[in-house]
Amino acid sequence: MAEASAPVRGFAEAGADLSLVGVSKRFPGFTAIDNLSLDIPAGSFFALLGPSGCGKTTTLRLVAGLEEPTEGSILIGGKDVTQTKSYQRPVNTVFQSYALFPHMTIAENVSFGLRRRRIANADQLAREALELVELAHVANRKPAQLSGGQQQRVALARAIVNRPALLLLDEPLGALDLKLRRQMQLELKDIQSEVGLTFLHVTHDQEEAMTMADTVAVMNQGRIEQMGQPEALYELPHTAFVATFLGQSNLFTGQVTSSSASTMTLEVAGVAMVVPLDRAQVHRGRVTAGVRPEKVTLHLAKPQGAGRTVIGPGRVIDASFSGVSTQYVVEVPGLGELTVFAQNTSLGDSARPGDEVYLSWSPDHAFGLIDHPGGGEGRFAADTDTGSLAVVERERLEAELEES
Amino acid sequence: MAFGAFQSTVAGGAQAAPVVQRRSPVALLLLLPGVLYLILFFLTPLLSLVLTSFQAPVPGGFAGDYQTAFQWQNYTVVVETYWSHISRSFIYALTATFFALIIGYPIAYVIGVKLRNYPLWQALALVLVIAPFFISFLLRTLAWKQIFADEGFLLGVLKTVQIIPAEAYFTGTPAAVIFGLTYNFIPFMTLPIYTSLERLDLRYVEAGGDLYANPITVFRTITIPLSIPGVLSGILLTFIPAAGDYINASRDFLGSTDTQMIGNVIEANFLVLQNFPQAAALSLLLMGAILILVSAYVKRSGTEDLL
Repeated sequence: MAEASAPVRGFAEAGADLSLVGVSKRFPGFTAIDNLSLDIPAGSFFALLGPSGCGKTTTLRLVAGLEEPTEGSILIGGKDVTQTKSYQRPVNTVFQSYALFPHMTIAENVSFGLRRRRIANADQLAREALELVELAHVANRKPAQLSGGQQQRVALARAIVNRPALLLLDEPLGALDLKLRRQMQLELKDIQSEVGLTFLHVTHDQEEAMTMADTVAVMNQGRIEQMGQPEALYELPHTAFVATFLGQSNLFTGQVTSSSASTMTLEVAGVAMVVPLDRAQVHRGRVTAGVRPEKVTLHLAKPQGAGRTVIGPGRVIDASFSGVSTQYVVEVPGLGELTVFAQNTSLGDSARPGDEVYLSWSPDHAFGLIDHPGGGEGRFAADTDTGSLAVVERERLEAELEES
Repeated sequence: MAFGAFQSTVAGGAQAAPVVQRRSPVALLLLLPGVLYLILFFLTPLLSLVLTSFQAPVPGGFAGDYQTAFQWQNYTVVVETYWSHISRSFIYALTATFFALIIGYPIAYVIGVKLRNYPLWQALALVLVIAPFFISFLLRTLAWKQIFADEGFLLGVLKTVQIIPAEAYFTGTPAAVIFGLTYNFIPFMTLPIYTSLERLDLRYVEAGGDLYANPITVFRTITIPLSIPGVLSGILLTFIPAAGDYINASRDFLGSTDTQMIGNVIEANFLVLQNFPQAAALSLLLMGAILILVSAYVKRSGTEDLL
């Protein structure tokens, strides 16, 4: 509905590209973002996924103009906005805390941005936005009178009513219960395709990122580890962090002993593991390979299937039933603990804790990583500036004081 | 705000009383000291004041001899006689409240918002706001009288360099009285506003910027509305005592006979002229006027909507 009348109203006609070029953000004593470069094409739904403290929220605040980058530049729709203030950027944010103005009614909250830009019929547009999130009936209430889920939808309406070229979402679904979250995820996706905006969604919820986004960037310690479509990221993780943060993985580290035209063979604790070359990032030396738990099949007897990677025998040390599937933890001598997801499709005997089992998977499902588990520590150069050292020392002392 | 709290306590107490009575006599017992205190030190003097305000002189008695009567003319007489003092009091108090707000709000804003990340500076600035209380305000007002004296340092220098004429004076003028009132009540204005601003969630300010509001608009549409409870308390805490003040306007301090406020008249009638009925009538009129003004103001500002 925006497209037809957008130019008249002075709204963005479509989403805009977002580019970060070599952006760094340093706070006293630590680096939040390290030389980050990123291109988000117009109209896409882009998710920044990472654990807390990985720099994803700082990235979002830099784009919104709430923080200034230490280095680098930010471009929206090809225009450098690095030096502009937040109110000058064609960007709106749905804040994690919603930040609805408590002294204004819902309608006043939603029309706030329109009024600032002196857009005619602000009330009409605000009502339409509230209808979109099915909250037109609470327009005259104050935010405190709404439930968390309703407030979240108001925050969303308040942002999208401005038709920003770029919409930033800062874990906006975190406070909702599971059912409402699913519903909002679908609604967000609908709104995004309907109005054609560029969405930048920051979350630590990998499932949310994968169901909603066209492109997911996994962020860790101020850097993007890997970026791509959700399926590609899941099926072919490049780093140990992505392999373990985005779903679960069984990882093995060993020496490459031989390779053919299309595969290489890894020797891990006496077991030969085959990894396709086009699914491996490194082809010689010590390599970490992995396989997703649901790709692993559990056998009660040694399987005879040729062309599969077979390991065992191992011992089931835990089995947890979750309806559609059962998660097994199998201890294999020399390889450690492996996780297996088995669909509960047969009525027959299933493995119990203590049983001796064999595991197998198709080599096509194995992947080779660029780094090793436990890597990534000490990525940033030591910050030995005296001011930073003082800050770090004071924080350490304060932490100590709090403990005692 | 203190006002609203008082009202709600009274209303709630009246409703809850029967329930409490049935359930536990202990609650009533605990209320007793407060109730006794109010009866003894608030209701009794108030009643005495009302009775005094209707008294008439004893026929053929000495000055200061009055007997119980119902001479309501006392009220019309004082209004006629002292109308200029009454209106002057409210004008002075309003002006001083206005200046205290203009000066106090930025101070409170800097301490409560800008210094938030510098706890040491914030504490120091707060101490500076409160520091004047460590010296009696009589002494401080006298000090200002010295500073503004006709031959004092300030006016002396200005006269010597001929910026102002040799016969110029400041003490005794309305401006000096309003200056004194403003100066003395700035902390009462600043502290409640500081309390409101200190709790201001800066995420609202960020959200305002995100929604295309420039810093001035954010201040006007978000910061000020959210600090209204503090502004309201500050205005009440400044205006009520300022309207009844009799120190700053006194001839012994910054005022002159031309700047007498209603407080000075009441003081003179009670202590010098011994015209107790007129002093009592004036006191009650002042009280009533302030009560009406303040409740109209609180009602119009709609505090309950903000809190």
